[in-house]
Amino acid sequence: MTSDMTVKTQFRHVGSRPVRPDGLDKVTGRARYGADMNLQGQLYGHIIRSPHAHARIKSIDFSEALKVPGVLATMSGADLPEPGEALIPGAEIEMKLKNVSPVIMARDKVLYHSHAVAAVAATSPRIAAEAAKLVKVEYEVLPAVLDMHAALAEDAPLLHDDNFTVGIDPPPEKPSNVSVQIEMAKGDLEAGFAAADVVIERTVNVPMCHQAYIEPHACVAKADEKGRIDIWCTTQGPFVVRLLVAEITGIPQKDIKVTASEIGGGFGGKTTVYIEPVAAVLAKKSGRPVKIVMSREEVFRASGPVSDSETRVKIGAKKDGTITAIDSDMIMNTGAYSASAMFAGVLFGTAPYTAENIRSKGREVLTNLPRVWAYRAPGAPQALTAVECVVSELAAAIGMDPIEFRLKNAVQEGDVPLYGMPFSAVGLKECLQAAKDHPNYQAALGENQGRGVACAFWINAGMQSSASIHVTPDGGISVMTGSPDIGGSRASMALMAAEVLGVPVETVHPAVVDTDSIGFCDGTGGSRTTLATGGAVIQAAEKLVEELRRRAAAAWSVSIDDVAWLDGKAVERCGVGIDELIEGTSPVKDGAKVLTLAEIALTAGATGGPLTAVASLHAHNSAPSFAVNVCDVEVDPETGKVDVLRFTCAQDAGKAIHPAYVEGQMQGGAVQGIGWALNEEYLFNADGVLDNAGFLDYRIPVASDLPMIDTVIVEVPNPLHPYGVRGVGEVSICPPMPAVVSAVNNAAGTLLYDLPMSPPKLLAAIDAG
Amino acid sequence: MTTQKKLHISTTLNGEPCEFLCEPGQILSDVLRNTLNLTGTKEGCTTGDCGACSVMLDDALVCSCLVLAAEAEGKSIETVEGVGHEGQLHPVQEKLLEHAALQCGICTPGIVVAAKALLEKNPDPSEEETRYWLAGNLCRCTGYDKIIRAVMDAGATMRGE
Repeated sequence: MTSDMTVKTQFRHVGSRPVRPDGLDKVTGRARYGADMNLQGQLYGHIIRSPHAHARIKSIDFSEALKVPGVLATMSGADLPEPGEALIPGAEIEMKLKNVSPVIMARDKVLYHSHAVAAVAATSPRIAAEAAKLVKVEYEVLPAVLDMHAALAEDAPLLHDDNFTVGIDPPPEKPSNVSVQIEMAKGDLEAGFAAADVVIERTVNVPMCHQAYIEPHACVAKADEKGRIDIWCTTQGPFVVRLLVAEITGIPQKDIKVTASEIGGGFGGKTTVYIEPVAAVLAKKSGRPVKIVMSREEVFRASGPVSDSETRVKIGAKKDGTITAIDSDMIMNTGAYSASAMFAGVLFGTAPYTAENIRSKGREVLTNLPRVWAYRAPGAPQALTAVECVVSELAAAIGMDPIEFRLKNAVQEGDVPLYGMPFSAVGLKECLQAAKDHPNYQAALGENQGRGVACAFWINAGMQSSASIHVTPDGGISVMTGSPDIGGSRASMALMAAEVLGVPVETVHPAVVDTDSIGFCDGTGGSRTTLATGGAVIQAAEKLVEELRRRAAAAWSVSIDDVAWLDGKAVERCGVGIDELIEGTSPVKDGAKVLTLAEIALTAGATGGPLTAVASLHAHNSAPSFAVNVCDVEVDPETGKVDVLRFTCAQDAGKAIHPAYVEGQMQGGAVQGIGWALNEEYLFNADGVLDNAGFLDYRIPVASDLPMIDTVIVEVPNPLHPYGVRGVGEVSICPPMPAVVSAVNNAAGTLLYDLPMSPPKLLAAIDAG
Repeated sequence: MTTQKKLHISTTLNGEPCEFLCEPGQILSDVLRNTLNLTGTKEGCTTGDCGACSVMLDDALVCSCLVLAAEAEGKSIETVEGVGHEGQLHPVQEKLLEHAALQCGICTPGIVVAAKALLEKNPDPSEEETRYWLAGNLCRCTGYDKIIRAVMDAGATMRGE
């Protein structure tokens, strides 16, 4: 993308709110999700999981299980190639296979309770479950480390005796449970704190939680006689599944086809695989299709939960509100293998502020808990919660309004954050102003009530995408991509295609197709789909328009330059400028020839063949998003229960393609953050067994817990995108935690920074006075 | 391993007579989904916590994962597939679409069944009543805002407002 790109500001379809194209199937129950697929003759896979948090596997004996009638295949880690030190090729972020493959099936050691050890496939789920109980696994139990501080101790048991901390110079000679550490800094920290009138330092704990998508992981795999594998599964990225199944099983990518089902939520949690390689191996061994559906309990115990973190933040400010220095030190739990988003926390936690003197440190810590995985803006909520809570305290300490205080320090175009890339136009100040102007910010607060404010940043990804458009003979438009639709993206694709083609949005039929049917697409993640896959749709539609003009020019025996594309029709210019025609400043000449899209499509066979266009790209035009939340709560001083009274989100969408689904991202992220702040946490017992592996005890917010979530979409166009789009999916989960925490502390007169602020904890903090 | 003889069950399913065979321990959601191929009823937990498998059993709103399939003998079952179809959507379905009140859509069938049951019992629910009625239907995507608005709006439509 070039810097002289013109960002479109007038739209016919973009910015409207049509009913989503996949909606009818979803309200009638017809939409097919991961577990909704059954194949003839399929077997059912069941995974055997470790009863220990840390143990050496001495032997696995399938003999009794194989005697059960109906058991047709078994597998263990021995069926997978050894990962060695190989890196996963083509992955956007460097990823070692040895941190991925053993999550699918343990090798010599199990490293957390419920770690997958073996699997059986049988003719019914009940037989598979019964047979699984007969698989004899002999363990040598090892001491486990279940929290970060225990793991950091000098004499802590080691998870991996070949783990030497990366990021220390010179490299350490002794292995440890710290996988990587980093320190970023700019300016002069000491001078910054010396210049401050007020300095506040806090330690903020954010608990391990889960993405808690309602649809458990599910897949069906089949293998043909030539060994080609066909996988149906619920995923945020069918191409990610193809890559990971290939790397983990050794089956080449060219022999794997993946079809993404409708996806019942992911939030980052379905950007990897857990059961697909197992189903593929069992299908290959048995010669029958194999279906695996995780139970809810398995999802909680053995998929990738979200890092807990402990962050010490010290911030100094002058009496006029200028932040002079920020010092942050974070430890982030990664569970059994290195996979956390600690870097994002370290790099992005201070991004909203212009402060010149910053130091940000982080360590990623290994523990005998499930390997963590991505959750919406991975790493950022933990870091921003710590920074924002201290910022709010500072504002109060110098007697400044918390929004005014942030406005004074907010970044804008040209400022350079700690991660080094200068900001283009960004909407932080606009979001702060929008929150300040919202009537909720003036609402009076009563006894035991409090208000919290927080702002937040997320980088947003670009990455690779492909799109393909076909025209039916009667002028219908099929738009195909490889990006699973997790929150309404097909509606956005349809709107963008309709915008370029000038056709009614109802005539556009967007689809998510399998990995054989479309060019490579990175997963739906990083808030990238509307920007990058949408960008490919725009480019393909533009190519199609050019082809349509060429066909009309051929029919009229004129140059393509003499054909304009207006409102879904080829129009002979007859000397009128294209811009004038498009802007409507000059009318179409009387007698100018016109061909509609449908007319061109009907005769396409005679004018050059089917009408089709494809586009593939690597998007380097993403731009960050900022968001601001204001939360009002009431605390019951007798019980410690918190009620959210009002919640306001302002977020910069750049340009909202389908505003209702942008609001949906804002509201959904806000409520996930509210849940994380007030109630959600993983509770392990002393043996490392998760005590709350179900929705009854891991309680996500329910409808009666919440008020309406008020939204203000701010639109500061991304100057690098033709429509000004920014990602919107992830930043929404960054501000709610600190907004809620500050509101609760203001209401209760506490300084509780150990999340979640559950009633017993908050009551204890209130009683401690 | 013991083999269990299957039971023969006669029910009315979405207004039509329906017979099926099931194991004594099989849950209704499993039979609906895997025996009768009505996969609109979703299983998010199979412990009665998420509400994605909500169906009507006679006039009771139930989690079909907490009901043994054999318990449906002689009863009438209504699943999301029986609520409405293109051209004849129920107002709850219409309004969920109009308000963009679904993202991933996995909870939607349960919401449709539960909200229809609410409005049949209480044609003019307050926001609080709607929120408490739907508290058994987990949605992780939307934050519930648009769902609550859609259901209340469907009520208004059904009241002729």
